[in-house]
Amino acid sequence: LEQPGMSGFHILTLLTVLPLIGAAVALAAGKHARAVALITTLAALALALVVWTELPANGSIGLVEQYAWAPSLGIEYHLGVDALGALMLLLSAIVTLMSVDAAHRVHHQPGLYFALVLTLEAGLFGSFTALNFFHWFLYWELSLIPAFFLIKLWGGARRGPAATQFFIYTMAGSVALLVSFLGLFFATGSPLFSYAKSMDFGYLTQLASTGVLEASVKAHLGPTAMIWLAIGVLAGFAVKVPMFPFHTWLPAAYAEAPSPVTMLLTGAMSKMGVYGLLRIALPLFGSQISQMRTPLLVLAVATVVMGAWAAAAQKDLKRIFAYSSVNHLGYCLLAIFALAVPAAQTLNNPAAQASQAFALNGVILQMFNHGLTAATLFWFVAMMQQRTGGHRGIDQFGGLRKPAPVLAGLMGIALFSSLGLPGLNGFPGEFLIFRGVFSLAWVAAAISILGLLVTAAVLLTVIQKVFLGPVPEHCANFPDLHHGERLALAPVFGLMLIVGVVPSLIVSTVNPTVQNLLAHWRF
Amino acid sequence: MLAFAIYLSFAGAFVLALLPKGQPALSRWLALAVAVAGLALAVQGFAAGMGQGRVTIVDLPWVPSMGIHFLLAADGISRVLVLLTGLAAVAGVLFSWNIEVRTNEFFAFFLALIGGVYGVFLSFDLFLLFVFYEIAIVPKYFLIAIWGSTRREYAAMKLALYSFAGSAMVLIGLLAAYATAGSHSTTLDALAHANLPVSFQMWCFPLVFTGFAILAGMWPFHTWAPTGHVAAPTAASMLLAGVVMKLGAYGCLRVGMALFPRGLDPWGFSLIGIGSWRDVFALLAVIGIVYGALVALAQTDFKFVIGYSSVSHMGFVLLGLMTLNQIGMTGAVMQMFSHGIIAGLLFAIVGRIVYERTHTRQLAELETMRLSRRLPFAATAFVIAGYASMGGPLFSGFWAEVQVLIGAWQAKPWWVAAAGVGIVIGVAYTWRAMQKAFFSDALPHAEHDHEAAGAPLHAMAAITWPEVTGVSLLVAASLVVGLWPRILLDTIEPAVKALLAGGAQ
Repeated sequence: LEQPGMSGFHILTLLTVLPLIGAAVALAAGKHARAVALITTLAALALALVVWTELPANGSIGLVEQYAWAPSLGIEYHLGVDALGALMLLLSAIVTLMSVDAAHRVHHQPGLYFALVLTLEAGLFGSFTALNFFHWFLYWELSLIPAFFLIKLWGGARRGPAATQFFIYTMAGSVALLVSFLGLFFATGSPLFSYAKSMDFGYLTQLASTGVLEASVKAHLGPTAMIWLAIGVLAGFAVKVPMFPFHTWLPAAYAEAPSPVTMLLTGAMSKMGVYGLLRIALPLFGSQISQMRTPLLVLAVATVVMGAWAAAAQKDLKRIFAYSSVNHLGYCLLAIFALAVPAAQTLNNPAAQASQAFALNGVILQMFNHGLTAATLFWFVAMMQQRTGGHRGIDQFGGLRKPAPVLAGLMGIALFSSLGLPGLNGFPGEFLIFRGVFSLAWVAAAISILGLLVTAAVLLTVIQKVFLGPVPEHCANFPDLHHGERLALAPVFGLMLIVGVVPSLIVSTVNPTVQNLLAHWRF
Repeated sequence: MLAFAIYLSFAGAFVLALLPKGQPALSRWLALAVAVAGLALAVQGFAAGMGQGRVTIVDLPWVPSMGIHFLLAADGISRVLVLLTGLAAVAGVLFSWNIEVRTNEFFAFFLALIGGVYGVFLSFDLFLLFVFYEIAIVPKYFLIAIWGSTRREYAAMKLALYSFAGSAMVLIGLLAAYATAGSHSTTLDALAHANLPVSFQMWCFPLVFTGFAILAGMWPFHTWAPTGHVAAPTAASMLLAGVVMKLGAYGCLRVGMALFPRGLDPWGFSLIGIGSWRDVFALLAVIGIVYGALVALAQTDFKFVIGYSSVSHMGFVLLGLMTLNQIGMTGAVMQMFSHGIIAGLLFAIVGRIVYERTHTRQLAELETMRLSRRLPFAATAFVIAGYASMGGPLFSGFWAEVQVLIGAWQAKPWWVAAAGVGIVIGVAYTWRAMQKAFFSDALPHAEHDHEAAGAPLHAMAAITWPEVTGVSLLVAASLVVGLWPRILLDTIEPAVKALLAGGAQ
């Protein structure tokens, strides 16, 4: 199942430690913290690319590092990535680099700001590589703390309540997660099982796929315990993604956080939730999720449709993009729950198995593409705020394509990518998701198409209000993108176009992992 | 070779978008060069394809794991519509010669739209076709929203949302067909031969057909068309009515009918004479013909008259498709070509030649301007175009409508009676508009407006060479087909025959 990495070279550890070192240096560097952060994130991106190229071809987990840590508690230092993890590492590295790039006007304590951003990056890297619950949970929490302070200290006018709400919601989710895992630990900690492994994702997945895990939990904690543990884990991830009705922290947090931090929140941190569903919830609680599939699908469809409608009601660009993020991640939830069909229906049914594979490929591609596009959109909001002294209401702009044609053109492309226009990166993921979900849960897919339409209307309204029409007086001298900004954006747009036209660049690497994951899941 | 029409258009769009501002002349000539090159390729492809069936141009695996191919090919129907697109593109550039605001951007969007349209007509992979279909929506939106006139933002949004709604329906059908077929290929051939169950075709056909027919202006989903045509700048109206509406009709035929032929089967019961989806869509087509004509008769804005006439004429295309016989469907394809040329010509005269000089499109104001004497070129051109639009012999519209009517007679005689009423009203609204705009002797209301009373004495700007060239090109195209219909028929008929044999009953 797992393959060791390059001999003696701990690239994943290095990747996680690198931003922490960078953070320490940035803290000391004061004014020059941004340069330190840029160098660190560039180096991290290079390492993440190396990881991507070193993946095992058969889709299993590679680059494994495994050491005993606290064996009596089942805690190991256990790292490894498959294409899912590696793609998330790449995404985190790209988004953090973009965020650092976007944050060039931090006057208030820049050292601390960039140290926190780099710590957050370390948290992201850690949580996408850890394969032991304890170790993973550590990073999951570690990433929360810098995010909280970044909102609390550098946020907008109502940053206090927003940061608190964000922290409390996510914390509550984390507690639910922790309790569920303690339950598993107690249930599997009987002499029958190996204590030293009882928090290991691979080991637990094996137990779950043979049915031993469920039997053991039933024996130790009672007949309905397994479903409650599943609900606890799901709740933890549902807050993070977020899923309706646990999404209420998100608009406030995204709107109040400084835009570069919002880029991190939506581009990378929201993926931790989806990743958790794929790495933890589906492998361990597959059959429970398939039992609750209908209500979960209802919630996913609600996330898609209500996210889009809520975006339509907003006037603030950041809130529009925040709700639109809810909508876009709703497609991931939709596909994840749709593919959890009871095993009896997929047995000896290659068409249904193919649909599951399409849906899962779509989810992973959508995670990457949404991260890239949403981060880009918030980057543009940051630029617009810089140029107008903080304006971000769609009614406060108008006719920007006259004074700033390049900005308008590029942001237009990003908006169309978000809308899912073929030829840009937003399309292939959504297409694969709908292709898969359609044959697995067609009612849910059909209703979700509504979300696509409303999103189209919302994003076209943004284009109309911000870029077309008469130019208000304070926008008459709105400066266009300068060369530095164009240079920084060029690779992002290149990537959008490449992924849009040749999605197989990513899919061909992800697909073996998808097959491998599906083979180990038991619904 | 035909594939280069697509690549060239997109390359031209890209270069134009990067061109520095303040180079309107360069932009125009560049756009014209690209459009002419596209037309030359289209003509070459048309000539080379005579007597040939379907020819594959490019076939590359694109997303192998899903069986998606980059598959471009051309049969008779494609070649005719590509030729139409080439003509409309050249004429569109010529009639946009006066665009001074952001000329390079205008032509960039224009060529991007043309490239998307070429792509749709040449795609024989369903996914690829859908991609080009979606790509074509974006430039339409911007052409109207930026360079449009009357209520342009409303019109652009409405057009984009109708288009997206239509393509969402198509997407559902596409995914459903792909999933149900269980095939590992998205080429149209593979899906057509997948033996999709009849019950599936029964619901998927109306979904996909309606999705495409929205863009073809099918009643009651036509309301985007008049507002969009009127708000769009002249070249964009020419393309919208001339080519984009054909995308919808083409999709109905190439995807809807060819992939789900059993969807047209009788339901097994009938309700007030309607016993199949075929009856439903034929009825909607006939309503569109009569309704569009009646509404055109009541318009006070010259451009709205042409806008609603397009709804009426596209009804003939849909009716022709629903005849399901050789002659009716050939007529439908012919009507696509013919209406593309004639509607383009009408929009060019009304939106460009006349409006540029009178700055009004209100028939009541045009009445007082004695345009037949002051703009004899425009009057002559409109008489020819109006005659062609009514379906007069010697022009392409005649053959198209005659074939549709004969085909409809063979299928269901009462369709012909209803469509005949539409033709009569068509004569009436064209006549009315021509009379009011060009040949009226009404006097200006001098007591209200002394300025206006004196205005007609001024000479109007002379007709420019791009206008003459554009009008001549379109008139010649319609005339050639009118005089010698075999030039198109020989190409369309085998393709329709193959389509009928391969699917649609």
